[in-house]
Amino acid sequence: MYEPKIIAFLCRWCASAAADLAGVSRLSYPANIIPIVVPCSGRVDPRAIIEAFLNGADGVLIGGCHTPNDCHYISGNFKAFKRIHILKKLLKQFGIEPERIRLEWISATEATKLVQVTKDFVETIRKLGPLAR
Amino acid sequence: MKERIGVFICHCGRNIAGTVDVEKVAEVISKHPQVVHCETYVYMCSEPGQKLIMDAIRNKGLTAVVVAACSTTIHYETFARVVEADGLNRYKLEIANIREQCSWIHINRKEATEKAIRIVLASIAKVSMDEPLYPIKAKVTRKCLVIGGGIAGITAALDIANSGIPVVLVEKSPTIGGKMAMLSETFPTLDCAQCILTPKMAEVARHPNVKILTCSEVISVEGYVGNFKVKILKHPRKVDPSKCRLCTLCERVCPVTVPREFDRGLSTRKAIYIPFPQAVPSAYVVDEEHCTKCGLCVKVCPTKAINLDEKEEIIEEEVGAIIVATGYDLYPGEKLREYGYGVYKDVIDSLQFERLLSSGGPTKGQILRPSDKKPVKRIVFIQCAGSRDDNHLKYCSKICCMYTAKHALLFKERVHDGEVTIFYIDIRAAGKGYEEFIKRVQEEFEVNYIRGKVSKVYRDKNGDMVVIGVDTLSGQKVTVRADLVVLALGIIPQLDRDLASMIKIPVDEYGFAQEVHPKLRPVECVTSGVFVCGAVQGPKDISETVTQASAAAAKVIELLTQEYITHEPTIAEVDKDLCSGCRICIAVCPYGAIEIVEGKAKINEVLCEGCGACVVACPSSAIKLRNYTDSQLINMVKAALTGV
Repeated sequence: MYEPKIIAFLCRWCASAAADLAGVSRLSYPANIIPIVVPCSGRVDPRAIIEAFLNGADGVLIGGCHTPNDCHYISGNFKAFKRIHILKKLLKQFGIEPERIRLEWISATEATKLVQVTKDFVETIRKLGPLAR
Repeated sequence: MKERIGVFICHCGRNIAGTVDVEKVAEVISKHPQVVHCETYVYMCSEPGQKLIMDAIRNKGLTAVVVAACSTTIHYETFARVVEADGLNRYKLEIANIREQCSWIHINRKEATEKAIRIVLASIAKVSMDEPLYPIKAKVTRKCLVIGGGIAGITAALDIANSGIPVVLVEKSPTIGGKMAMLSETFPTLDCAQCILTPKMAEVARHPNVKILTCSEVISVEGYVGNFKVKILKHPRKVDPSKCRLCTLCERVCPVTVPREFDRGLSTRKAIYIPFPQAVPSAYVVDEEHCTKCGLCVKVCPTKAINLDEKEEIIEEEVGAIIVATGYDLYPGEKLREYGYGVYKDVIDSLQFERLLSSGGPTKGQILRPSDKKPVKRIVFIQCAGSRDDNHLKYCSKICCMYTAKHALLFKERVHDGEVTIFYIDIRAAGKGYEEFIKRVQEEFEVNYIRGKVSKVYRDKNGDMVVIGVDTLSGQKVTVRADLVVLALGIIPQLDRDLASMIKIPVDEYGFAQEVHPKLRPVECVTSGVFVCGAVQGPKDISETVTQASAAAAKVIELLTQEYITHEPTIAEVDKDLCSGCRICIAVCPYGAIEIVEGKAKINEVLCEGCGACVVACPSSAIKLRNYTDSQLINMVKAALTGV
C-alpha cells in the first residue's frame, strides 16, 4: 500500500504537548507523520510548507493552539490561519490540492483529537495519492 | 566552522528500544558527515549515561550534542546542565523526541525505526546551525507606578511600599479612596466602609515610600519591563494641601453651587470644596470647570493656601513595574429607559442609596426620598439592572445580589415597619458567609423576594412610584407601589482606551482589562511588567479586590527585588542591511517589541518573546528567529524527508 510522507509542524505549547500526551497515553497513530516542533503555528513560514512539498512530502499538517485565546503568543494562531488560507489558494493555482495542507487547533489535552486528525489526514492523502513532481 | 556533533540515543529501558531498533538508528546516524560520535545507552539520563556525554564532549571535542530520548519538557534541563558542565553552550543541545512522539505510539518496528531516524536527522540539521546564546539581562528600576487610588490601588501600594520599594500612586480625582469611600456598610460582616478604609488611606498617605499624586493622569508610557518612563499630567489643585486648615471659610463665600459627585448628585457643593471630610490629601480643591475666578475665597483664606493661577504640570517618573487598578463605574442608568432613571427623582442607583444610608451622607443616614424629603416606608430594589441582559451587559455584575440584600437589611434596621420588595433573576451568593447573609435577610428581616423582571416603572398622580413586573415563579403579573426605587446597576470597567493602548493592555469584549491567564496568571498582563487588579479586570467585591491587589503587589515585589531581569535569548534579530523599514513587522508583533530606529526595524530584546510572527511576515527576510531561522526550519524539513 502507498504510504504517504507527512510533515507535521506542531506548536510547542499545544499540538506538540498533545502529541506527548498521546505518547504517554499510548494512543497509536500512523508513523507517516513526522513531527517538527516549532515555537508557534505563526512561525510556520509558507516557504517551509512549500519546501516540504518540494522535498518529498505528500501532505503538511500544522497543529496550533485553539482560537481565540489559547495561543501562547496571543495571536500566532490567527496569523497561521490567514497565511495558510492564502497559501492553499495559491497552491491550487499550481495544481496542488489544498487538501494536502491541513491546519488544526489541538490543545495540550486533546491527544485523542491529534490521533483522529492524523489518521484522517493520512487517509485523505492516501486517497489523493503521491504528490506528482 | 565544521560542527563536531555527538548523538546519544537512549533505550529508555525497553520504552524506546522495545519498538525502535536503536542500534540501527545509531548505524545510520554515524554515517552523517557532521556526526563524529554516536552511541546508545540504556538510560541516558542516569548518572553513567550523563558521564558518557561528558566524556565524549571532552575526548572527541564535540561542538554540539543531540540526545535522542524522551520529550524536551522532561529532560532538557538535565542534559543542558550536562553539556554546560563540559563547557558547551546549552543552546548547542537538541533533544530528539523518539519516545512520546515515536516509540510509544507505534508498534511496527521498521516504521518506528525509520521515523526515529528522521526525527534525529531533523535535530542534527537544527543543532548544526544553532548559535551559542546567553540570557539577556536588563536592569530594573526599583519603583512601581500604581494607577488608581481606590481600595485596590491603596492595598497594592501599601504592600509594595512595606517591602521597601517606592511607589507612585496616581489618582484622577482630588482624593484617594475610590468607590469604597462612598459605601455605608460592607457585606456580609456589615463593617462600616469608612471605618476600615480611612485608616488605610491615612497609612498610605503618610508612608515614606509612597508618593501620592491626586488630580493626576498618566499621559504617556514608554519603555519596557523594569524600565518604564512615565509622564503624569497633574491638574492644578489650586489649594496648597500643606497650608489648608479645612476652616471652611472659602467654601462659605464661594458663590458657585454644583451637584456633589461624592453624593452622586444627592447634595450640592461649592466650586471650592473637599470631596468628603476624610479625603486624602486632607485639603480643599478648586473645581476648575465651574470656578468663576471671582477671588472671594483667596481673600478669606487665613493661610493664603489658595492660588487660582496655579498651572498644570507634567511629572516624569521612571518605574520598573505598573499596576493598573482603575476600578469600575456603574452602567449608565439612563440607558434603562423603562425604569425611569434620570426621569424620576425617586428612582436612584445603588451608589446613591449607599449615600442615603451613610451617616456622613446627604441625609445623615435617614432614608428620605430625594423628591420631597419624606421618610421612605416602601422600597423596591431591582436587581440585574443592565446586567445579564442581551440588550445591555451580557455578563453578571457579581456583587449586586449581595449589596441589594445588604441594602434591604440596612433599610429594615432603620425603618422597622418598612416594606421591602426585591426583584431578582437568580440569587448568586457564592462566598464565605454570603448564602447565610441572604438567608438572614430573607427570613429574619421579612424581605419580599420576587423572582422576575420589571417591565416598567412610573409615577402615578399620588406621587407613588409604581413598579410593574412579572413573578416568574407564579406566572402572575405584579404591581408594587413604592416610595423609592433602587436600581442595582451593572458594573462597567473604568479603563480609558487611550490608557489601555498606551500601556498595551488588551481588553475583553466588554472593556475589562485582560489578564494573561484567568487561572494561572490572573494579575499579569501580556505586556511584561504590567499588572492588573480590582474591578477593572472584572466585577468583584472588596475582599476579592484586596486579595487580587495583594497578589499583584507580590508579583511586583518578585520582579523589582531582582537585580537584573533575565530573558530567553531565543528571540528575533534584524539584519539591518536587508531591512527596508517597511513596518510590516510592527503590525504583526503582538508585544509591541519592534520600533523603527533610523529607518530600520529594531527589536527590543526584553519585550520580544520569540514567537517568530515577524520572521514570517518580513518581505525582505531581514528578521531571523535565533535558533529557529528559516534555513534551520527548511533544513529540518529536508533532513526529515530525506530519511534513511
